[in-house]
Amino acid sequence: MIQFEGVVKRFRRNQVLQGVDLSIERGDRVALVGSNGAGKTTLIRCLLGEYTCEGRVKVDDLDPRVHRRKVLSKVGFVPQLPPPLKMPVRQLVRFAASLCGADPLRMEAVAGRLGLDVESFHGQPFVKLSGGQKQKLLIAIALGRDSELLVLDEPAANLDPEARHIFFQLLAEKKDTAAMLISSHRLDEVASLVNRVVEMDQGNVVLDDRVADLVDLSSRLRCRISLNQPEEAFAKTIGEWKFKGTENGLVWEGYVAGPDRLRFLGVLARYAALLAGISMHEAETETDRGAAANG
Amino acid sequence: MKHLWLNAYADIVESLRARWFLVYTAVFGGLVILLFAYGLAESRIMGFTGLSRLLLTYIQLTMAILPVFVLITTVRSVAGDREAGVFEYLLSLPISLSAWYWGKMLGRFLMVFMPVFLAMIGAIIWGVVKGADLPWTMLLYYSGLLMVLAWCFLGIGMLISTIARSSDVAQGAAFVVWLTLLLFLDLILLGIMIREQLPPESAVAIALANPMQVFRTASMMLFDPQLVLLGPSAYVILDSFGQTGYILYALVYPVVLGTVCAGIGYMIFRRTDLP
Repeated sequence: MIQFEGVVKRFRRNQVLQGVDLSIERGDRVALVGSNGAGKTTLIRCLLGEYTCEGRVKVDDLDPRVHRRKVLSKVGFVPQLPPPLKMPVRQLVRFAASLCGADPLRMEAVAGRLGLDVESFHGQPFVKLSGGQKQKLLIAIALGRDSELLVLDEPAANLDPEARHIFFQLLAEKKDTAAMLISSHRLDEVASLVNRVVEMDQGNVVLDDRVADLVDLSSRLRCRISLNQPEEAFAKTIGEWKFKGTENGLVWEGYVAGPDRLRFLGVLARYAALLAGISMHEAETETDRGAAANG
Repeated sequence: MKHLWLNAYADIVESLRARWFLVYTAVFGGLVILLFAYGLAESRIMGFTGLSRLLLTYIQLTMAILPVFVLITTVRSVAGDREAGVFEYLLSLPISLSAWYWGKMLGRFLMVFMPVFLAMIGAIIWGVVKGADLPWTMLLYYSGLLMVLAWCFLGIGMLISTIARSSDVAQGAAFVVWLTLLLFLDLILLGIMIREQLPPESAVAIALANPMQVFRTASMMLFDPQLVLLGPSAYVILDSFGQTGYILYALVYPVVLGTVCAGIGYMIFRRTDLP
């Protein structure tokens, strides 16, 4: 679906991409990782036809620079930093839907699933929304249409755990029909979402590896954590994951989205000395839900 | 075409909520209120009184303010949007570059022309309510001049925004352009250049190429058809163009200049990095 062939990008004397060769097919969920300045954003901008470059970039054999509308109508993009748009929320949705030939109600429905009621914010300028709300709306615009390629730059960074879980469910719904390119500077943020990891360093692809694709994107883990002693800082952190504690603050229970497990364990690792026990069990999977629905 | 209007509309909505637009509208609205407050419509200078007198002063003040406002606000907001990542996101949506660029220009044109025009219309309504005669010819002519002046400087602003990669550089360049045009507005400077052996034709060519000078002379022409105020250079203008010819030139030239600048800006825009 996507072909990068010898892609070179220079900014004056600074060569940011050093001849990238990469091929991505439908069904690929690629984590594009690398440190700051590795060339991830530049590569994405070349893919979106926003940068001119040497070499060839093709999406379904079309040059995104030449066939902008045709290529970009297949692409859902979520930037890392939301743009400071002053247009009201509903107008932004309608503007994007109209350009994409999509149904704005579908985008609003996706926003609703993520916990953002567009109706309540319809007249509010986009720039005035909170970081999480902006992220939800941009995700809704990207996923609330028939996109065949999702380009997501640190997409879940500002989302609360519940919205992350819904976001993973939305990705699961698209995983067989779309290719995904998920950029992050930390692999643990996106590892469970993907089936392929591409690492960039100084404008080169230094690692291109398939990874085990065992995590159900829409699954949840039921977790129980017991502590040696109550700790206020831990209570605050775990509260952000919507965990509920016992009165003495020694036992905490809650749910973690399946693809978030690594990230969650990373958070727990900061309080390793406090931990007396951890249990994590698959609470619900697509299969379970299907079985439940069929009686 | 649908996308062009859609983008123009989006730009209008963005502008309506922008601080620059509030300041811009307040300046031109405030100008008209001030002119009335100081009783300019009742004063009599060179035989002009009532609305004609007011419009004359308004148009002369506009000539000084409008170009720099249009230039600075255009380059600040367009180059600023690029820096802030607005281009990165909006240009990831399936819109053609021509619809994006010209839609933005169209929306911006309406936003820079409307406050100036509406302030003038407001002045006229106020004047008519007070019992003054309505100077139709003057109103139509000045509306046309304002329109072409706004378009011209908007085109120059779009070109600067496209070339400059940061809003600071764009703002500096816009200011230099305005200052240069302002400098050559000075007939004394042109006179000195002629005294220093510059061929008079060159001085006239400079004056005719300067959209601010063209606007100034054209606005003068309506109340001073022989351009007595302009001195000897009036002969060149009247001999070469005639009154009607010059009025037409004053309406067409800024449009052409603005469109050419915007067109060059568009060519550069589509060939270079977008965000």
